[in-house]
Amino acid sequence: MLDVRGVSKRFPGVLALQDVSLTVAPGEVHALVGENGAGKSTLIKVLTGVYTPDEGQVLLDGAPVSFGSPREAQNAGISTIYQEVNLVPLMSVARNLFLGREPMLPGGLIDFGRMHREAAQTLARFGITVDVRRPLRSLGLGAQQMVALARAVAVDAKLLIMDEPTSSLEPREVQTLEAVVRDLSAQGIAIIYVSHRLDELYRLCDRVTVLRDGRGVHSGKLADLDRLHLVSHMLGRDPAAVSREGLTGFEGHHDTDAEPLVSVRGLTRRHVLHDVSFDVRPGEVTGLGGLLGSGRSETAKAVVGALPLDSGTVTIGGRRLRRLNPAAAIRAGMVLLPEDRKAEGIVPELSVRENIVLAALPRISRFGLVSRKRQDRIVETFMQRLRIKAASPEQPVGELSGGNQQKVLLARWLCLHPRLLLLDEPTRGIDVGAKAEVQALVDELARDGLAVVLISSDLEEFVEGADRVVVLRAGAVTGELTGDEVTEAGIMAALAGEQA
Amino acid sequence: MSTTSTLAAPAPQRHEVPVEQSTRGERIAGLLQRHGALAVLGIVVVVASIRFPSFGTVGNAQGVAIQSAFLAIVALGMTFVIIGGGIDLSVGSVFALGGVLAAYGSRWGMLGALLLPLVVCGAIGLVNGLLIARARLAPFIVTLASLLGARGLLLALTDEGAQTYLIDKTSAFAKLGQGTLLGLGYPVWLALLAFAVGGLLLQRTRYGQAVFAVGGSEQAAAMMGLPVARIKIITYAASGLLAGFAGALNAARLSSGVTILGVGMELDAIAAVVIGGTLLVGGAGSVSGTLCGVLLLGVIQNVINQIGTLDSSYQSVVSGAFLIVVVVVQTYLSRSQRLR
Amino acid sequence: MTDLALPRTARLSAALPQYGVYAAVLVLLAFNAVFTDNFLTGANLRTQLIQVAPVLIVALGMAMVIGTEGVDLSVGSVMALSAAALPLYLGYGMWPAIAMALLTGVVVGAVNGLLVAVVGLQPIVATLALLVGGRGLALVLAEGRLKQIENADLLALGSDDLLGIPVVVVIAGLLSLAVGLLVSRTTYGRQLVAVGGNRAAATLAGLPVRRVLLGTYVLCAVLAALAGVLATARLTASDPSAIGNLMELSAITAVVVGGTPLNGGRIRVLGTVAGALLMQLLRATLISHNLSDSTAQMVQAVIILGAVYLARERRR
Repeated sequence: MLDVRGVSKRFPGVLALQDVSLTVAPGEVHALVGENGAGKSTLIKVLTGVYTPDEGQVLLDGAPVSFGSPREAQNAGISTIYQEVNLVPLMSVARNLFLGREPMLPGGLIDFGRMHREAAQTLARFGITVDVRRPLRSLGLGAQQMVALARAVAVDAKLLIMDEPTSSLEPREVQTLEAVVRDLSAQGIAIIYVSHRLDELYRLCDRVTVLRDGRGVHSGKLADLDRLHLVSHMLGRDPAAVSREGLTGFEGHHDTDAEPLVSVRGLTRRHVLHDVSFDVRPGEVTGLGGLLGSGRSETAKAVVGALPLDSGTVTIGGRRLRRLNPAAAIRAGMVLLPEDRKAEGIVPELSVRENIVLAALPRISRFGLVSRKRQDRIVETFMQRLRIKAASPEQPVGELSGGNQQKVLLARWLCLHPRLLLLDEPTRGIDVGAKAEVQALVDELARDGLAVVLISSDLEEFVEGADRVVVLRAGAVTGELTGDEVTEAGIMAALAGEQA
Repeated sequence: MSTTSTLAAPAPQRHEVPVEQSTRGERIAGLLQRHGALAVLGIVVVVASIRFPSFGTVGNAQGVAIQSAFLAIVALGMTFVIIGGGIDLSVGSVFALGGVLAAYGSRWGMLGALLLPLVVCGAIGLVNGLLIARARLAPFIVTLASLLGARGLLLALTDEGAQTYLIDKTSAFAKLGQGTLLGLGYPVWLALLAFAVGGLLLQRTRYGQAVFAVGGSEQAAAMMGLPVARIKIITYAASGLLAGFAGALNAARLSSGVTILGVGMELDAIAAVVIGGTLLVGGAGSVSGTLCGVLLLGVIQNVINQIGTLDSSYQSVVSGAFLIVVVVVQTYLSRSQRLR
Repeated sequence: MTDLALPRTARLSAALPQYGVYAAVLVLLAFNAVFTDNFLTGANLRTQLIQVAPVLIVALGMAMVIGTEGVDLSVGSVMALSAAALPLYLGYGMWPAIAMALLTGVVVGAVNGLLVAVVGLQPIVATLALLVGGRGLALVLAEGRLKQIENADLLALGSDDLLGIPVVVVIAGLLSLAVGLLVSRTTYGRQLVAVGGNRAAATLAGLPVRRVLLGTYVLCAVLAALAGVLATARLTASDPSAIGNLMELSAITAVVVGGTPLNGGRIRVLGTVAGALLMQLLRATLISHNLSDSTAQMVQAVIILGAVYLARERRR
């Protein structure tokens, strides 16, 4: 019923999709997988009318279609629910559910009575009983996602695209959602299901399409493909090599008996973090494990004072930080490489040079005047050491590739000679070569005695990188794995809550 | 699009998805946000009635009403624009232009006097909307430019402001501005009618819901398939139209197209809208709140006049102070509500 | 990967906002040299420069605020406030009076800055409140009246020359240089641009974001207050009801036409100077060719929109 034929999409400097084909039959649940940057979201945006493809065709029920906007796609029967709930937080639940297709009274006015009644009925079927007149934002994230799903299904969808719908859901909400998905497929609705959670894919999906670097590299029955092969398609590595030598630039583990450098105690913030405590030792990579929404990124941010806390302390080198804010944390030698490079890391309009020295500005200035000579020395050193590929130090950093942007950010921190380096998804969305380089660099830094905290949803990277894993769930520490316990199986079990 | 398909939705095992309760503090905050202006208005009216014997008279109330009517019509359009996440700084100029065009057009009778300002001012609003929605330019700069452009057009029409067009005092059009019904001027009734229609439009129609959605989250509105650009264009066009209409009515009342009117009126309109509880960042608000805001400004102006010793410039000082207080309170309220 | 060959049109539309303003200034000068009598005379150029000076001074501050991804709509009202405060203290001499006038700028700028940096209001909203209230306050201060300036020192500031150049123009020139250096060479300047380019990143990088924002709004308001002083001196009267009207628009125009993007992260000081000159020359050209003020206003409106539109094209 959906037939995508040879679609390509080009952006300035990138070929986001290259000759991608995909077919989905009615009632089929089709898994769409690939690493970050593989082209999944671009493909989804082509299907939902956000982008128009440069080449190729999209056929719906055998007829070629071309959508100029999400509205046209929806009218044609393609609904989408996104990872981030795309509803209007200030409006009521019912209004969100019926926005744009409200039941009308004769005379052009909305029939609110009927709307509220129907909204309550619909949501009850999705396991939500709530006053539908309340603003959406007063609901929990899981409930909001259910409202989004209810909305997507209610518009007579023929094809439902689900983009990581479970990434912010609790396990029991995931169960409800999976049941809904099965039911929808039984009704003959075609579903494209995007997720990073392999368990979910194997439970739900019939067929799979794997994207890598904008190309479709595999299409077929999911049951015929075991996990190792699926992963190897996604990563573009030989399965034998995957099992033999690992996938990352990390080499073995570091052993250290050093005293803890940083002690984190009782970090608490209402609804986000609950009494999170752990230690970090120099010369060791401490992993913060947890699923998305477990509070791992929030913990990292809290340590460097970027997340306001209700209570909790951070001690570094025996000195307790009195005020926790980014500037104080940086002065104390604690730096965070943020998860969202574009939103929180780079200043795109500024040059590579200025991005590197940004945090070091006060240190290389005199009476408020910046010394150009010292800047150039730092920039030269780190561009060589990290092998940053740019036309010149004066090139705007926004024009670099993701991997080089990430290296620029690393350089920004390393030139401060930090004592604790927190890395939140350091290799997300960067190419394979740069990924291995970044991993090797982290490895080397830890060997040289730096204390490193690593967060990664790339399991291989996490297992091979981390020497010790602090497991977080729902904003609280639920355990710690050390030494031989740090394996994929061990971590998965810990994350799933089946503490060994 | 039928809605019956929702009934065919699946019935999985009943998992209770956790739903969070709002605290009492949040509800009070919401209440304050929506009805704060009304409460302040009530207090000011009561205090002023006790303090100044001449305040609480029918004649004075009629005066406040007719003086507020024009700002009210302008502020109505502004309410839609602000709820939709934008701002329209051109309304003061467009108001003045509407007055001049009405006076100019009155030579062709009632129809000319109304049609000319409505068409031209509506067109200015339409251009604002097109530039903002289609060319994606920042609303404040677009409407700031059309503030200038409309004022330029007005000057060009009136020989650089030297010429004032008059309206025949006996004409039907002049009656529209000067006549009264049940003691209230026609403009007051027209403003009330406009608010009634505006209220229905905002709260009870798809267009109104879409305005809320666009202002609340433009991205989500687009993803949900709403015609975002069209909604914005309609909203800005309506704002221009209403400002022009208010200007025309005012000209009818004054029997002439006064060229120096409307300077700073956009600020009063914004102040009234925001004081009335509409979020300046968009996504929430009401026309009834705007009405309260307009009346509050009118009453304060009246009180300042009653005191007599005060300069009338105090009006804008009070408006500015009010604006700061309301917006700061709004920010803290919505922040406390968002912390979950 | 890094040296992308952009299509030619893309390169052109990228270059236009950057260098277009200089070209336009040259074109206008050339046009007037040929077609306008008595244009390239010392006296006329002098008049043009004197007239542009206050706008330029305000625009310099505006450029910095826009560089932080903000905007300051209250500059016109600040000019009025400063003009109103000036005669109140002239009894103590010129310098104390100027100090008090600039102090009004510090106060307004601090309020703007606090509302933006600490309370977290949108800049448009925060500065709008002072646009409304500021002029009212100025009129209250001045009791709604125009006051003649009789202090000889202050009048000299408006009419004297320094090495043959009007003092006002010298001040504007020096300030342009100072702001240029401030933005490009100092820690504060670079932090300012980083805050405008990516506020979240700047916060995480430990920059004093609030202090930078606060400082920028104060600087902008102080520059506006200074412009108010100079304009008053030139006018030989303090007229808070008229001074600085629509100044926010002129200043924003100069900044935007000069190639500073409205979404922050970049400040073009020289472009701003050229932008202010361009708008001044344009107006002078139109008027000297007997086109009315109303036409000039409409042309200005179109140019603003054109400049913003082109700047938008540049951003991908």
